Amino acid sequence: MSDAIRFTLNGEETLYNGNPADRLLDVLRETYKLTGVKCGCKEGECGACSVLMDGELINSCMVALGRCEGSNIVTIEGFSKTEHFQVIDKAYAAVSAVQCGYCIPGMVLATEALLVKTPHPTEEEIRTGLSGNLCRCTGYNAIVKAVQIAAKEGDGLW
Amino acid sequence: MGQISGSVVKRDHSTKFSGAAIYVGDYMESDILTGKILHSQKAHAKLIEVKVPELPAGYYYVDRRDVPGDNNVNIVKDDMPVFARETVEYIGEAIGMVCGPDESMVEHILSAIEVVYEDLPVVTDVLKSDTAFFDYTITKGDIDKAFKEADKVYEEVFETGFQDQTYLETQGMMAEPQAEGRVFLHGSLQCPYYVLNAVTRALGLPREKVHIAQDATGGGFGGKEDYPSILGCQVGVAAVATGHKVRCIFGRREDLEFTPKKHPSHNTYKVAVKDGRVTAMDVDVIFNGGAYTTLSAVVLQRGIICANGVYDVPNLHIRGRAIKTNTVPSGAYRGFGGPQTFVSVEMVMDHIARDLGIRPLEFKLKHLVKKGDSTSTSGKYHFDVPIVEMVEELDRICDYRKKREMYAKPQTGRYRRGIGLSMCFHGAGFTGSGERDFIKAVVRLKKSADGMVTILISNTDMGQGLRTIMPKIVAKELDLPLTQIIYEYPDTDFVPDSGPTVASRSTMVVGELLCQAAKRLRAEWQDGEEQMIEEHYKHPEFLIPFSLDDFKGDAYPTYSWLVNVIELEIDTYTGRPQVLGAYGCFDVGTPIDYNIVVGQMEGGFLQSIGYASMEYMTADKTGRIRNNSFSDYIIPTAMDVPNLKVILHTVEYPEGPYGAKGAGELPAVGAPGAYMEAVEQALESVDLHHIPFTAEDVLKSLEEAEKK
Ligand code: FES
Ligand code: FES
Repeated sequence: MSDAIRFTLNGEETLYNGNPADRLLDVLRETYKLTGVKCGCKEGECGACSVLMDGELINSCMVALGRCEGSNIVTIEGFSKTEHFQVIDKAYAAVSAVQCGYCIPGMVLATEALLVKTPHPTEEEIRTGLSGNLCRCTGYNAIVKAVQIAAKEGDGLW
Repeated sequence: MGQISGSVVKRDHSTKFSGAAIYVGDYMESDILTGKILHSQKAHAKLIEVKVPELPAGYYYVDRRDVPGDNNVNIVKDDMPVFARETVEYIGEAIGMVCGPDESMVEHILSAIEVVYEDLPVVTDVLKSDTAFFDYTITKGDIDKAFKEADKVYEEVFETGFQDQTYLETQGMMAEPQAEGRVFLHGSLQCPYYVLNAVTRALGLPREKVHIAQDATGGGFGGKEDYPSILGCQVGVAAVATGHKVRCIFGRREDLEFTPKKHPSHNTYKVAVKDGRVTAMDVDVIFNGGAYTTLSAVVLQRGIICANGVYDVPNLHIRGRAIKTNTVPSGAYRGFGGPQTFVSVEMVMDHIARDLGIRPLEFKLKHLVKKGDSTSTSGKYHFDVPIVEMVEELDRICDYRKKREMYAKPQTGRYRRGIGLSMCFHGAGFTGSGERDFIKAVVRLKKSADGMVTILISNTDMGQGLRTIMPKIVAKELDLPLTQIIYEYPDTDFVPDSGPTVASRSTMVVGELLCQAAKRLRAEWQDGEEQMIEEHYKHPEFLIPFSLDDFKGDAYPTYSWLVNVIELEIDTYTGRPQVLGAYGCFDVGTPIDYNIVVGQMEGGFLQSIGYASMEYMTADKTGRIRNNSFSDYIIPTAMDVPNLKVILHTVEYPEGPYGAKGAGELPAVGAPGAYMEAVEQALESVDLHHIPFTAEDVLKSLEEAEKK
């Protein structure tokens, strides 16, 4: 049992007894049933599988469980309980930035990661901050606008 | 813009935003078998033998011998097998499927299967193939006379490449055996009844034994019009053969390489000009159909109908062929044949204008069709053509004319600029009499005793917003709050066939039927009673009957219009064309929801820019597509076109709900013409002839210019 990997998952102390080489994305979805974490490529290219690891945005398809030892992992399911989420949610809703929704959990966490670093980003900073997350539906304008609204409405939160 | 257009929070916003929406990959029951396809590694070969190793308990291999019904997928011509017959016709064709509880074990078994092939000749070049799946001709006026009397004749060839839909959720379908020999299929799909027709036939089951439902769908763009029927038959066969739930979800590489994409094209334009006016076009359109017909007939029809663009050309001869090759079958992609011919005609008009020393915009406007003019198929433009106003509206926001003059002056530095403009239409709804003769849409509204109203239609929301649009229409007619209207993901057990979710038809055709049904429900409303209202499609009476035999009549009841402007800067060191501004004015009639329509326009416009500029994909001589990952097939990120602006112009369509007409596809049609005109200007007025036109192409073109 001392072999288990210990990490915090959405605020809960978690022990993972499987293979340390297992892909974080697969473990989140299959073992912990956190299906808000999406898979768009499994090659680190699309961002659909984005989660926060110690506050940094990472592609969970590119991380082995072994690397998660001692870390704090937050998925969309955990993030949805936060005040930050509420603000971002409202902002995306106001401009109808969600189309097929498949990129969205990743986008939301990318938005959070960006606003934590840069609470009042310029448009260019937003576009750079979201550039690791592909969206085929929206053309990105509505998402960029949503981030701007979130930054404004959530002034002081980040 | 009327009251209806005011935006509401999308009805599926919250479930998708919080990650709670269930896509087909999200079912987590432990009794689902993973299915993986054994894909052909040869583009054309005889299948001699498939050597399957001994399988561990609980693992299965299925192929054509397991198909209980007809081993042909019902699409249009039904020539594509569920699982390969004696030959394989393209790399990726499904030979069989391995199923089992553990995905890595399934993969291991797949890699241990040995397929013995006997090579057959591979054809990848449309010009070398001797099989035309379809061959159509449109004629109008007297082409010979026009060419004889011409002052000048131009002839040019334009080529366009593959474009992959690249929905962010890959293809995925799941089949479940149910009690009493029923089979349930669900997944990521656009057209539940298409899947139903295909699966009942492949499984040899009557309609009541099969039902199909849509799960949350992560984008379609046409790519989930035909392929879910194919994949549905495959998982259906596997579920029946194994007695288990079987789910197959494609990996990104599988999806990019082996599923249908936009038809590459080779278009020859011969144009007669007299007294500064185009008098005739003789156009030869060749689409690469790939290995099976799938949707090529209908894509080609639309493509050739658009071949003369938005221009009034009195004498026309348009021949269109969809050619068989040993590449992945080409299919539906937003725009459906239009993008290929529109970019060609826009470029030829530019080139002729420049040769005549006239500004391209002026030259194009001189030829623009107007209300009452005849279409390429001798039908009629029954409604206003708003292009002139749209050009002015765009010019006001982006200074097209001024910049066009400015960038025409010699540019010598490292960075060179250009600006281009294109104008296009998209014919709304099915081509010709498809709605009346084949689709025959039926919609229902069910009112429960407590006053909740359920929309019963087979149309799907794959992101484009139907789950919000349709309830808005019904709520408005019934004067009820939106929350009182229910519209779930369709299941063919409960919804009538209101037709597929394709061809930009859903809002215009099905939305209008719902509007009518709601009007009737309102008139017949009885408190406390259960009520059911049904409406059937009625063909608009003003239409000139269309015949596919001679391509004569109204191909479409009305048209949506666009004007696009692209401004860019080329870095002559790296070749990189940076889009400085992309401006689109779109007329899709009344927007039923402003945000949703603008979102559709922005997303489609960016896809169209990707098509013109960076989305390069090709099959090599062996028929293999190597651009099969996001590092080889590049789609735009948030940084590629930072300045993309959309404005709407509204010409109401009296037969659509509140004046709405087709919207979904239009924005994906027009950017290449504008992009190429801008590149040509930045490269000092060279004539270019293909898309995508990438950084490498720019460098090549600069090199050639230097040699001269
Ligand atoms: S699934 Fe991880 S980056 Fe695409
Ligand atoms: S909303 Fe569909 S990929 Fe972003």
